[in-house]
Amino acid sequence: MSDIIDKNIDQKKRKSLKELAGATGIAMAAQFNPALVGHVFGSDRPIKVGMQLHRTGIGASYGRWYERTAAATVNLINQEGGINGRPVELIVEDDGTDPKRGAEVIEKFATQHKTDVAYGTLFSHVVIGSSPRAGELKLPYYVVSEGYHVASGALNRYVFQPGITDVRSQMISMAPWIAENLGKKVTMIFPDYAFGYDHRDYFSLAIAEQGGEVLEMIPIPPTESSFTRYFPKIPRETEVLYHVLVGPGVLTFVKELGQFFGTRERPRIFGYIDSLEAVDFATPQLEFLQGTHFWEAFPRYVQPNQTQHDQYFRGQVGVDQNGASVNDPRDISTYSHMFGCWETLFIIKEAMEICGYSGPENRSDLVEATESLTEFPESRNHPQGSKIFNGKIHQCFGIQHISRVEDSRLNVVHTTSIEDGLYEPETDYLQMSL
Amino acid sequence: MDLGPFLLLASLEGLVQAAVLSLSALGLCLVFGVLRVVNVAHGEFYMLGAVIAWLVSNTLIGHPLSGFLLALLVAPLFVGVIAFLTDRMILHKINHSPEATIVVTIGMLYVIQQSVLIGFGPDARTIEPPFYFHINFPWFGYSGYKLSVILMAAVLLLMVWYVISRTRLGLVMRATQLDREMAQVLGIPVGWVFGLVFASGAMLAALGSILIAPIRQVHYLMGLDPLLMSFIVVIIGGLGSIRGALMAALLIGMSDGIISMFFSPTLAKMFSTLLVALVLIFKPEGLFGQRQS
Repeated sequence: MSDIIDKNIDQKKRKSLKELAGATGIAMAAQFNPALVGHVFGSDRPIKVGMQLHRTGIGASYGRWYERTAAATVNLINQEGGINGRPVELIVEDDGTDPKRGAEVIEKFATQHKTDVAYGTLFSHVVIGSSPRAGELKLPYYVVSEGYHVASGALNRYVFQPGITDVRSQMISMAPWIAENLGKKVTMIFPDYAFGYDHRDYFSLAIAEQGGEVLEMIPIPPTESSFTRYFPKIPRETEVLYHVLVGPGVLTFVKELGQFFGTRERPRIFGYIDSLEAVDFATPQLEFLQGTHFWEAFPRYVQPNQTQHDQYFRGQVGVDQNGASVNDPRDISTYSHMFGCWETLFIIKEAMEICGYSGPENRSDLVEATESLTEFPESRNHPQGSKIFNGKIHQCFGIQHISRVEDSRLNVVHTTSIEDGLYEPETDYLQMSL
Repeated sequence: MDLGPFLLLASLEGLVQAAVLSLSALGLCLVFGVLRVVNVAHGEFYMLGAVIAWLVSNTLIGHPLSGFLLALLVAPLFVGVIAFLTDRMILHKINHSPEATIVVTIGMLYVIQQSVLIGFGPDARTIEPPFYFHINFPWFGYSGYKLSVILMAAVLLLMVWYVISRTRLGLVMRATQLDREMAQVLGIPVGWVFGLVFASGAMLAALGSILIAPIRQVHYLMGLDPLLMSFIVVIIGGLGSIRGALMAALLIGMSDGIISMFFSPTLAKMFSTLLVALVLIFKPEGLFGQRQS
């Protein structure tokens, strides 16, 4: 090929290279700090709930549905008289699914908006990045994250996860079924950050207790966009391929997994629904998932034994019987996670009513009131199912479902009990000062 | 998996990576070679190409192939027009000053990225591959479309070579690059050539993203990786050296594929950036660049 440039390299080359390298650095820094948008409300009379939302960044599809669910819950609470006779106002700030920005959002809630609580975070790295600031500012912080970080004792007395079961509990409750029905030699594919490490650490323990073993662990960065390169590491003797992934590349991940196995004999596949949250099972190239199993906290597709509470929840949030938006069948919900936003708001309401919450000066009373809660029976306010709450570790425990893919939909084949997921607490937040 | 099939899969993955990388790096290299400016918004033109392709292929009802082919025509043209206007309306006004251009293109990066975020939304979206063709090797399966990406990229690169070396437009570009004052004296409208080259660079990035979009997903943050990888390739290959950019794209693409698979993708990225550091220290003009005597 003709070379049009080589002949004219000038003496500025070294300088230009340095500029180029510098510009690359600036561009990188710029990329990680996108401009963000939020709503600001003026009045401080209502109960202000600061929602730390993944409106942009890798958690955006969850954020969209978390926001819809929270808005529907707040509407309902306000229709029914608010909390302690005061209306609830949802103040949303985008954290860009970024831990650094998350901590700034917490600070903004406490100092600028003067919210009564912070609430609604999903991605575990954002929770872990934001929690120390919430503790320092003594702002009660109710997360809907699934991670084990709350119950582990790694955070502080102001952080709660009362509306969704943590990963460790989920693992313990499901491992016996997996070992008995799918196999005992497992290869794990998981996201290479905090949430993935919970899977790595606690599923391997849980399957070992069932006489099984993890043959290979394959961590994948959540920002990855190409996945085939990871699959040759799956050992041939694998009986169960366990996958959980999050981020914008999840559909590519599942498609490439199907391409990799092709028509050859493949291990049995057990996935966390996270790998396909907000994705339609009827998408082309996902046919290979037929017969594989998924964890679901709350079945996306309406089941024959649907409860009236599930029906009510779908109606309020605007979700059809296939788990999609009633306005757009292509807009698939994050059904196994977003119920946590609904339930958590009702728990905040319950705790505020117990302590007669009147304003930020009562925040420590709110913490103690939340810690005093012990159970949430299945009801309209807790549609996913009954839960028990351990105030010492700030964590709730509920039921889980294992579903099988049949004709591009998920049908529940096994439901665990709350007791299946209990473990010995490793911490006691009550010992921490307020 | 045995070593042979393992190596085959790694090579295929590396070639797909190299194919797309060579297109986007060539765009960056062309702009630097002729205009002597660094386009930090290059990755956003890449992303914009995929977003427009998604819009086109989703608007058109019918076989995915027709949508894809139309996207392959419309999206680069659209991106090219945006880039051309950017050059004429902004870069031209600052006389293509290297330092100021870096600042301006960082601004462009934000403008494009946030505009797409507002208009297209934060979700990852999919483009239907123009065809489903699955190759079943005895050891693993592979997407036929992925293999076609390598072929399509090779055809596009040949077309670029033809334009640069065999057409009047290419001659004018080369003349402008060699001596812009002399070119102007000889009646070449240098300002317009700059605009065309800047647009061509952006269009090459867009072409790369359109080819890869049916394999990966379209997302407003998808421009970051290609930007960094293109910089890496252009620095290693030698700034402004088209031959260097192509060779470096092949080297980085293949090493990324093979190291990723045999060791880890993180190690592959470390290797690439280490190579950049070594090149900057020991051969700052790049592996295929020439030091002025």
